[in-house]
Amino acid sequence: MPSYVVPEKCDGCKALDKTACQYICPNDLMILNKNTMKAHNQDPSMCWECYSCVKICPTQAIQVRGYADFVPLGASATPLRSTDSIMWTVKFRNGTLKRFKFPIRTTAEGTAVPDGGFGAHGDLKSTALCAEPAALGLPAVFSLTGGK
Amino acid sequence: MPKFETVVVETDLLILGGGMAACGAAVEAAHWAKKNGLKVALVDKAAIDRSGAVAMGLSAINQYVGLRDGANSVQNYVDYVRNDLMGVTREDLVADIARHVDSSVHLFEKWGLPIWKDEAGKYVHEGRWQLMINGESYKVIVAEAAKNALLQTGVGQIFERVFIVGPLMDGDRCAGAIGFSVRENKVYIFKSKATLTAMGGAVHVFKPRSSGEGMGRAWYPPWNSGSSAYFTLKAGAEMTCQEVRFIPVRFKDAYGPVGAWFLLFKSRATNAMGGEYMVERKSELGKWGPYGRVKPIPANLRNYLGMLDVLDGKGPIYMRTEEALKKISDAYKDDPKAYAKKMKELESEAWEDFLDMTISQALLWAATNLEPEKRSSEIAAAEPYFIGSHSGASGAWVSGPEDLQTGETKKDYFWGYANMTTVKGLFAAGDASGASSHKFSSGSHAEGRIAAKSAIKFIVENNTAPKLDQARVDALTAEILKPMETFEKNQSASTDEDVNPEYIKPRMFMFRLQKIMDEYAGGVTAQFTTNKPSLERAQELLAFLAEDSAKLGAANLHELMRCWENVHRMWQAEAHVRTVLFREETRWPGYYMRSDTPTLDEEKWHVFANCRCDAKTGKWEMIKRPILHVFAQPKPKELEPALAH
Repeated sequence: MPSYVVPEKCDGCKALDKTACQYICPNDLMILNKNTMKAHNQDPSMCWECYSCVKICPTQAIQVRGYADFVPLGASATPLRSTDSIMWTVKFRNGTLKRFKFPIRTTAEGTAVPDGGFGAHGDLKSTALCAEPAALGLPAVFSLTGGK
Repeated sequence: MPKFETVVVETDLLILGGGMAACGAAVEAAHWAKKNGLKVALVDKAAIDRSGAVAMGLSAINQYVGLRDGANSVQNYVDYVRNDLMGVTREDLVADIARHVDSSVHLFEKWGLPIWKDEAGKYVHEGRWQLMINGESYKVIVAEAAKNALLQTGVGQIFERVFIVGPLMDGDRCAGAIGFSVRENKVYIFKSKATLTAMGGAVHVFKPRSSGEGMGRAWYPPWNSGSSAYFTLKAGAEMTCQEVRFIPVRFKDAYGPVGAWFLLFKSRATNAMGGEYMVERKSELGKWGPYGRVKPIPANLRNYLGMLDVLDGKGPIYMRTEEALKKISDAYKDDPKAYAKKMKELESEAWEDFLDMTISQALLWAATNLEPEKRSSEIAAAEPYFIGSHSGASGAWVSGPEDLQTGETKKDYFWGYANMTTVKGLFAAGDASGASSHKFSSGSHAEGRIAAKSAIKFIVENNTAPKLDQARVDALTAEILKPMETFEKNQSASTDEDVNPEYIKPRMFMFRLQKIMDEYAGGVTAQFTTNKPSLERAQELLAFLAEDSAKLGAANLHELMRCWENVHRMWQAEAHVRTVLFREETRWPGYYMRSDTPTLDEEKWHVFANCRCDAKTGKWEMIKRPILHVFAQPKPKELEPALAH
């Protein structure tokens, strides 16, 4: 069952204003049972294994068990995502462990400036989009009569 | 049947979708809306941080032209795309994206996306057009800029978890969209002066290879359900390249990316006997006109050579990962320390390629104890997808920009506003627009920006609020909610919620569509082969399916969304079957083969095969449009060295 929820760890995000996994799943699969206050994947065969729910879960209650119709049992890939990097632990069926750490962003969360600091112009009729041509690193936008 | 509240939202520009193209549109639209006192609303069926095809992340940016470094020209990119698509491409659209895409990439970098750099500070290329990135948070970062643009300027609103069903029209002008919340009992009516659709391509129109849990592991995400195609078709827009599906060859079953292995690690692919189909079957390329002589060899022809090996019983096909890594690290073999360091680096790069964008592939390798430095890994052709942003081309027929036309192209390719469909006030970008392939994530973002600026210009120059016919809105509302009503009214006829003579649940409806497409329209089990009688049989069966779509049943809002997603898929299927039938030749043999017209016919079919469904009468019309050139074409003799080699 692609993503699955460990019942002892899931608290239904009761302290938050929304259920994190239900909020983030791109395919509307994660759902909270309000009686048990536990989440589950309502249609595992439509799960892309994108790990969005795994990464966002505040209690690390969600894991992925590979698609059973073609993935042998016993392996796992477990992420730990911080604000600037992600750490992966990959466990092989034979027990081999591999760890990888990759950067995920170079700026502080929330700070993306729409024009990238390149500055925006105001000519609605020009072919230059708002941050161009500065954002292109060119003096002008390509046209059939000039530019590269 | 619960009562549904109707929410009416009035805006100037309506952006449909939340993926790369929609986020590009949001960033650009916010700026021009602010300058012109306009409002923007963006509607996403999911949460914008992790929606669209880049939700999981990506390990590469596939379109970067490198104009500022003089690495390539706009024309170089146009040549590459036209060749890869067997001559069928709109040069004006591809050039428009190519001249703007670098600025999207530079913006991503400023926003915080880590792009690999060499010691000299230059981007690390995977291939001529591809950049390596640490892209786990690619979509989160791009969404953040879009949100900041819309919300900090005060011009925009974002609606998440609202599923758009279809267009609202005012005569021949698009007047907005109608949909429903998948969280609350609410129907949404969006009224707009211009509408920009960017709701992705289509997956699960064809039966996937996996039959159990693994069905969701399509190469393109399962939530891309043909909503763009449905929206533009129902608005009466002309569509293009509906026959140009895409079939990626990827690591088998989990569909992990092969780009880094082929391009960065220079790996070979061989069959089970050790033969290399790209070498052994080279003469086959001569049958595909000038396109068999170009470099790089078109994706569909590369697919085709591998498929011939499989048909000959020479499978499985393997990516020779162990050989490629050995070759790279051999350069360090006299220095054990440097060798160990290089191997460690290569191992990390290989695993990151999967962990950034197809984690399932890492799981599959781990579950089969596969270490790429020790063993080869199987690759295979996936099922067909509709994706105008990659090496497919399906989408709406849109106007190009005025300044990239010649005297000859302007009459056919320009009608007032860049990226406007043939429907007034309806714009398309990303997978929603056709004949502008190879835009990928970055080019889709750039195209969203192009379309948004153009749409704002349209609003400024046509600043009247369209009128809605309330009776029509009421009828659409009832039609949208009907599956819930059907379910409630009939569920007591059976003890099993899913088996009922009065309705069909969306899951079985999807399986029926997939079986028709797979067996009659050239899916996996038909070895990607079809013919006129098979396509006509598909049409007969699709007609029954269309009738039964009125009997879809939904137990809740989630299923109601699934019902409409599958109706959207069905319309994509219909457009596909009609266009494959219309084009009486085989042009993309690695995507599909028409066994009754198995060769390329440049004389009759070097054209765009377009289609349109009349919004009032429901009648389909097939249209040939000319392929015209904006740029000087390479002379045939310039292609000869490749042939001689």
